[in-house]
Amino acid sequence: MAACAKGIDKFMFSLRLLRNLRLKNERSISTSVCRLAPNSEEPPKFTPPSKPVIIDKTQSVASLRKFLSPEFIPPRQRTDPLKFSIERKDMIRRRKVLNIPEFYVGSILGVTMADSNASGKTNRFVGICIQRGGKGLGATFVLRNIIDNQGVEICYELYSPRIQKIDVLKLEKRLDDNLMYLRDAMPEYSTVDPDMKPVPFSPTGEVSVNKIKVRMRPKPWSKRWERPKFNIQGIRFDLSLTPEQMEHAQKWAQPWQEYDMLKEYDTSKLEGQILSEVQQEMSK
Amino acid sequence: MAFPLLSKSLTGLLVESSSIIHRRTFSVSAVAAAIQKMTRVRVVDNSSLGNTPYHRPPRVIHVYTKNGVGKVGDKVLLAIKGQKKKALIVGHKMPGERMSPRFDSNNVVLIEDNGNPTGTRIKVPIPTHLRKVEGDYAKVLAIASSFV
Repeated sequence: MAACAKGIDKFMFSLRLLRNLRLKNERSISTSVCRLAPNSEEPPKFTPPSKPVIIDKTQSVASLRKFLSPEFIPPRQRTDPLKFSIERKDMIRRRKVLNIPEFYVGSILGVTMADSNASGKTNRFVGICIQRGGKGLGATFVLRNIIDNQGVEICYELYSPRIQKIDVLKLEKRLDDNLMYLRDAMPEYSTVDPDMKPVPFSPTGEVSVNKIKVRMRPKPWSKRWERPKFNIQGIRFDLSLTPEQMEHAQKWAQPWQEYDMLKEYDTSKLEGQILSEVQQEMSK
Repeated sequence: MAFPLLSKSLTGLLVESSSIIHRRTFSVSAVAAAIQKMTRVRVVDNSSLGNTPYHRPPRVIHVYTKNGVGKVGDKVLLAIKGQKKKALIVGHKMPGERMSPRFDSNNVVLIEDNGNPTGTRIKVPIPTHLRKVEGDYAKVLAIASSFV
């Protein structure tokens, strides 16, 4: 009886060994094998494994491209340029305290804002930037998201002292400079996960353009987006409008406007000037 | 004598008919206006009165403010399923102050005459500045699921 038990024991041991061997074959890294078969007399000298280099891809790098936020460029009007230069000074002072990153319409942002009514006194909202407006200190941007099937938009003032942090979660551009049509689009196009992790982006080179075209809800829309004055590229008009309707919308086209030399506003020279001024001030 | 009167009534008729035609192509509740009389609203709590389908959407028939314009935190009187019921505005389409949320629909929560909410849960986010407005809305805020 005892011999039989011993035999079974042996058999089980060999089975376990076999399993271990198979495991060894399956997995390339196996630390337990060395301990199981100590056939050499002298244990091998301990060599510490090489230290793994952890590259934190979630950490967003500061952008290295030359970028001037659009609110620095003054509008074309007769206002004394002194007003804008004073405002620029204030904006730079604010930018030294708060890191306002580079972002565009279509980027996904998370904004932390002081809110005396919220629990914890801060309020974080994540959404897609659908519009940037205003010049100077009063510059704004609108974030949109869909929370619990309810579309919510918040218009933030870029230089408001209530803003504590602005994170760019996804840096990209869209086909249009104004995404207000997302209000009339299907809800999946403006839905953003509020716990989204930042998507890494390259700090140099061109910002990628997301060439997505959205499907719209059936008419009526808040505005007639097919009209030429909006010049929208990011809507699948072929799904919601007939070719006759698209043809009809061209009735409001004003093709002569682009030849109006009085409406030209070339900001490239001004932009370079202001960019160098801002960089100089920021490095002080 | 009768001619100017007739013309006046005619022009009135014309204006009226044109406004009706205009109205047909668009939503009746203007986006740019806050909540006023005859605004169609969405009931966002889980009360049975607000959630059972009915052939007529709930409409505001009175706004309890001095100027007749309702914003977040104002009480309104609704015509809902053939009944009169009070409600509290918890969000509207019209953009309010900066840094405060704007919603895609005009949201209300049904309340009893004594201020207690009729439902037991609010399904959509509620603006946090509702806490600041005077009036005893603690019970409404207590049934909210999320704030924005």
